[in-house]
Amino acid sequence: MVERKSIFDFLPHLVLLIGILIVAFPVYVAFIASTWDAATIANGTMPLRPGPHFLENYYRTIFVGTSSSTRQPVGGMMLNSLIMALSIAIGKIAISLISAFAIVYFRFPFRMPAFWLIFMTLMLPVEVRIYPTYKIVADLGLLDSYPGLTIPLIASATATLLFRQFFMTVPDELVEASKIDGASPMQFFKDTLLPLSLTSVAALFVIQFIYGWNQYLWPLLITTRDDMQTIVIGIKKMIVTQDALTEWQLAMTTVILAMLPPVLVVIVMQRLFVKGLVETEK
Amino acid sequence: MEKRVIFDGKLLPYALLLPQLLVTLIFFYWPAAQTVWQSFLIQDAFGLSTEFVWLENYTTLFANPDYYRSMLTTLVFSGLVAGFSLAIALMLAVQADKQIKGASAYKTFLIWPYAVAPAVAGVLWLFMFQPSLGLVAQAIRSLGFEWNPLLNSNHAMTLVVMAATWKQISYNFLFFLAGLQSIPKSVIEAAAIDGARPARRFWTIIFPLLSPTTFFLLVVNIVYVFFDTFGIIDATTGGGPAKGTETLVYKLFSDGRLGGDLGGSAAQSVILMILVIGLTAIQFRYVERKVQY
Repeated sequence: MVERKSIFDFLPHLVLLIGILIVAFPVYVAFIASTWDAATIANGTMPLRPGPHFLENYYRTIFVGTSSSTRQPVGGMMLNSLIMALSIAIGKIAISLISAFAIVYFRFPFRMPAFWLIFMTLMLPVEVRIYPTYKIVADLGLLDSYPGLTIPLIASATATLLFRQFFMTVPDELVEASKIDGASPMQFFKDTLLPLSLTSVAALFVIQFIYGWNQYLWPLLITTRDDMQTIVIGIKKMIVTQDALTEWQLAMTTVILAMLPPVLVVIVMQRLFVKGLVETEK
Repeated sequence: MEKRVIFDGKLLPYALLLPQLLVTLIFFYWPAAQTVWQSFLIQDAFGLSTEFVWLENYTTLFANPDYYRSMLTTLVFSGLVAGFSLAIALMLAVQADKQIKGASAYKTFLIWPYAVAPAVAGVLWLFMFQPSLGLVAQAIRSLGFEWNPLLNSNHAMTLVVMAATWKQISYNFLFFLAGLQSIPKSVIEAAAIDGARPARRFWTIIFPLLSPTTFFLLVVNIVYVFFDTFGIIDATTGGGPAKGTETLVYKLFSDGRLGGDLGGSAAQSVILMILVIGLTAIQFRYVERKVQY
């Protein structure tokens, strides 16, 4: 830019560093707390450096469970969260891919109404239809089950819209070519369209994995059995607001464990994640 | 826009649409219709008889001062979170957009809170501000300020606002950065040559050009605060103390679950649905305009 170099050049770095500090500080504190024992934290004398109980706390949280009540080991909860996040991400992408394919590459009666039916679900977040949805899942006998946790969250207007938009940009010549080759619609879908969509699929996978992993209200309602709990719900149940009995060091260990998978996914897949985010929202 | 070349198929397209439509009808439209229907009914305490009462649930709701209070709480909460997270994110994005060393590293360090569950964000902040043992709470108390989010609802509100803002900064930052990077550098350089100082360039050129992004983010943030912050509130304050952090969605949840008032809770759902429809429509108007550029 036109301004001459000055001492103000460090200003952007300063602002960004303060920003990062604010963003990272709560997590740093949580990590430190996950390496101390209960007494140090309860006394309010926890220093800002790692303590000696790292292995003990993580081992206990993942494999044994917290002792003050009948808490499940967090390892099982993480497995539940993983199953939920993967099922939602894969399920959403699968059903959105094929429905977008049908809408873009076929002409049939009821095509536009079907599109609008899917589109309108953007306006029905689970929070506003929570009790009837709960009742339907209960009537279907799906409480405390993986299908009950995932299927109601699988419909996705955004994914369908994104794939529809992407398919529109795929050149018609490709369809003509596969038709000349005598390929059936599903062969075209599998051999041509799917490989072209891989980047969008990966980007969407990152976003939907995080969405599934971070679900709160739905698993809170739908799971009553301890062994079906997800880790995000598990944390909430460890915090006893009015009570000194909260084992904060184990709660913070769980917090770190609950953040790790989605945060790693975002950092590793950063480029795809940003692409997917900007595309799904616009 | 329509495709010129298409496939023939009578049953195949329906088969392809079937899974999506089934999930949508069973888990979206059916419960939504039930919600609307339920909002016209009153059920006795044992669920033995129901009576169709037209709009009585709605009139009861609007006669209830608690509902207005929860509306006000939601308004204050959304205003503060949207305001703070947009302002902080814009400030960070403007700095990260400058030609500086390590810009992409800064970006990585700033975007990951997006991946943190709202409930987890809430617990993180609760731990720092827990009155007896929280690190920050102790610092505040040592200054002689009686900090206690478990008893004082203003303090509780401050806590949930901080957690919700913290979680939303990364999202707004990404969109602001994308918006800033789409502004042609030549426009800004021309202004600089004309002698406009950085602050003036920002307010007269950059900020107006960012206003569509800002507007879009404002709507998205409001939707976020309305619905996604449920986890933050439930995990940190449980709507308390004295219902001081009870937002509309939280009230809907607790009235239906704890109070067993399904009709009233359904009426609240319908009002929220209308709100979401309005907000989503605004978002799409914006997207449409954006596409036409």
